[in-house]
Amino acid sequence: MIEGDRRRLLCFALPAVLVVLAVAVFPWGFTLWMSLFDWKIGSAAHFIGLDNYIGLASDTRFLWSIVRTLVFTALAVGAPLVLGTFAALVFHERFPLRGLLRGAFTLPMMATPVAIALIWTMMFHPQQGVLNYLLSLVGIPPSAWVYSPALAIPCLVLVDVWQWTPLVMLVVLGGLASLPTDPFEAAYLEGASRWQTFRHVTLPMLMPFVLVAAVIRMIDALKTFDTIYVITQGGPGTASETINLYLYLQAFSFYQVGKSSAVVVVFFALVIALSLLLFWLRKRVNYHD
Amino acid sequence: MSFTLQRRRLLQAGAGAGALAALPSFAQAFDWKRYAGQHIEAHLIKSPRGELLQRHAKEFEALTGITVGVDLVPEQQSRQKVSIEFNSKKPSFDVVQFGYHVQKRQFTRGGWLEDLRPYMAESGAEFDRADLLPSALATAILPDGKWDGMPLNLDPFMLYMNKELFAAKGIAVPKTVAELQAAALKLHDPGKGIVGMVGRGLKNANVPLWGIFMLGEGGQFLNGAKLATDSPEAITGATIYRDLLTKTGPAGISGFNWNEAQSLFLQGRAAMWIDSSGFSAPLEDPTKSKVVGKVGYAAMPAGTKKRVTATFSDGIGVSSYSANKGAAWYFVLWASGTQMQARLLSGGGGAPIRASGFSNKAELSKINPEYLQALADSLRIAVPGLPVIEPVTEFRDTFGIALVNVLNGADPAAELKHATADFQPVLDKSEKPA
Repeated sequence: MIEGDRRRLLCFALPAVLVVLAVAVFPWGFTLWMSLFDWKIGSAAHFIGLDNYIGLASDTRFLWSIVRTLVFTALAVGAPLVLGTFAALVFHERFPLRGLLRGAFTLPMMATPVAIALIWTMMFHPQQGVLNYLLSLVGIPPSAWVYSPALAIPCLVLVDVWQWTPLVMLVVLGGLASLPTDPFEAAYLEGASRWQTFRHVTLPMLMPFVLVAAVIRMIDALKTFDTIYVITQGGPGTASETINLYLYLQAFSFYQVGKSSAVVVVFFALVIALSLLLFWLRKRVNYHD
Repeated sequence: MSFTLQRRRLLQAGAGAGALAALPSFAQAFDWKRYAGQHIEAHLIKSPRGELLQRHAKEFEALTGITVGVDLVPEQQSRQKVSIEFNSKKPSFDVVQFGYHVQKRQFTRGGWLEDLRPYMAESGAEFDRADLLPSALATAILPDGKWDGMPLNLDPFMLYMNKELFAAKGIAVPKTVAELQAAALKLHDPGKGIVGMVGRGLKNANVPLWGIFMLGEGGQFLNGAKLATDSPEAITGATIYRDLLTKTGPAGISGFNWNEAQSLFLQGRAAMWIDSSGFSAPLEDPTKSKVVGKVGYAAMPAGTKKRVTATFSDGIGVSSYSANKGAAWYFVLWASGTQMQARLLSGGGGAPIRASGFSNKAELSKINPEYLQALADSLRIAVPGLPVIEPVTEFRDTFGIALVNVLNGADPAAELKHATADFQPVLDKSEKPA
């Protein structure tokens, strides 16, 4: 009877298992398999073992794309965490028009990334963009913004921070609302200053929420493609070419299916490693422990 | 092929009658209704060429009785979609539009396009090979004589000038690259927000502009199967390119594609702009341009060895996998015919591939004569703007990055040497039999 139930339960699970196999396991297995081939669309595929991976290890352009991805991710995670947490603390206080301002603050997050990127592209234009016009009003010389190799990544980070700081603010604001009041009352009775209360009570209790926001932001920042592609296409030259841009170039401009599959596998390993690192950090800072 | 020659052909066609007027007599001899009732799918690129064909597709249906479904796709997405579909050997289209400089070599190597010679032979006078311009024939016919696509247009680079700025400084139209550089220096006035020269600095897009200067110095992209892109001529070309765009160009030039350059010229803030003839239409449009009536047009000035300009073409062909190849050929024949070619010219979609495309008085009257003369002059000196190799996208990428580095201060000789060494193995591999 129990054996019969188990079979019936397995029958119920089977469709879900098949779907997972078809949409997740098979594509991954196939990508891994393709990464072992030298295959360009329109040509025959040749099995080359790990040669694609060996080639990537000595491809300075690919290695630099990893460095740029890490720099972009670090800045595009760190800055919104600080600014978003600060914004959450501000919007947690009661003041006139708080609801309206909160709504306005979250607007960038709701816009389409490609539309945002197009607007920023116009704003960054060295001759016709509004940013240089604003600089000229206060006597600051014009900047080349994303048209300068040195400024391309910082400018792209600026766009990302502008768009996604509200997300961090919302997550942290939710955390603030859920915190117990007892520790704050105790800190008040002990005579703690506002800064001491924030540093030793609020922040430790908020850290799990901040880390959830960090994980979400990190995954988003790592996979950022649309805004970079629209604004700089990885340029000038390769100055803002992250792994995603490099991958797109290999897969959809050069049609190097084997090599781009190897890039995907390396990228996946990187995402997993960074996610595990953040989850490990989250366990370390859980205030309940 | 000069403008004068087009007029002579017009007269030959018969006492001022345009080629259109001759169409009914051909129509009687040629059975346009042969494939009536069949259906074809046409994959077109969102460009002045593709949009023109889509706009007039109903005329084709009325002429032939063939129904046509048009899929108009932006260029980048089209390239991916077409390659993947051809690779599956079951493409969804019978007719396909492509870029000669980027896709054609790949299509030919894959055997994806039908050899059109038997269809052309059957079409006789309606096809009218003698009407095709030499540069169109050079683009279309492969070294082995195979003809697996029809060019839709020729799109040579030319020099655009702000005549008002030229007049203010008393500068004549430059005839040589040296004069061009001198003029750019005189016209460059950052204090007034005016740059002497603007052009493409963006990776990939920048390669043809460097190519023009290199070819003008007597250089070439390839010497047989080997790259000649680190030759002294190539280095001189890169130096001219760098000096023009950095000493007399706008800040941030390495991020400029044609649209940024066009935008600056439209605002009256660039004295000169070198780019494709297909981008001329907005310059005389009062809703978009501050330089209406002030634009001068000229063919590229001569280098020290040669007067030359780069040209590009869109093409159209019949899929080898099509079940309705005859009907698909009719679409190609119609698309590359005199009437559509005349419309292409007047619509600013580039130069026609047919001499008769220049012969329609009604369409010609819509065009600035100075532009038309510069276009005809440019066609006379036009050569392919990129090497005819299969990995041309990789070529543009590798050399595009090198040129960006040059614009940002790197040594032209070192960058070109490095790019050549990087790309030669890619080229060698691509030329090996699959």
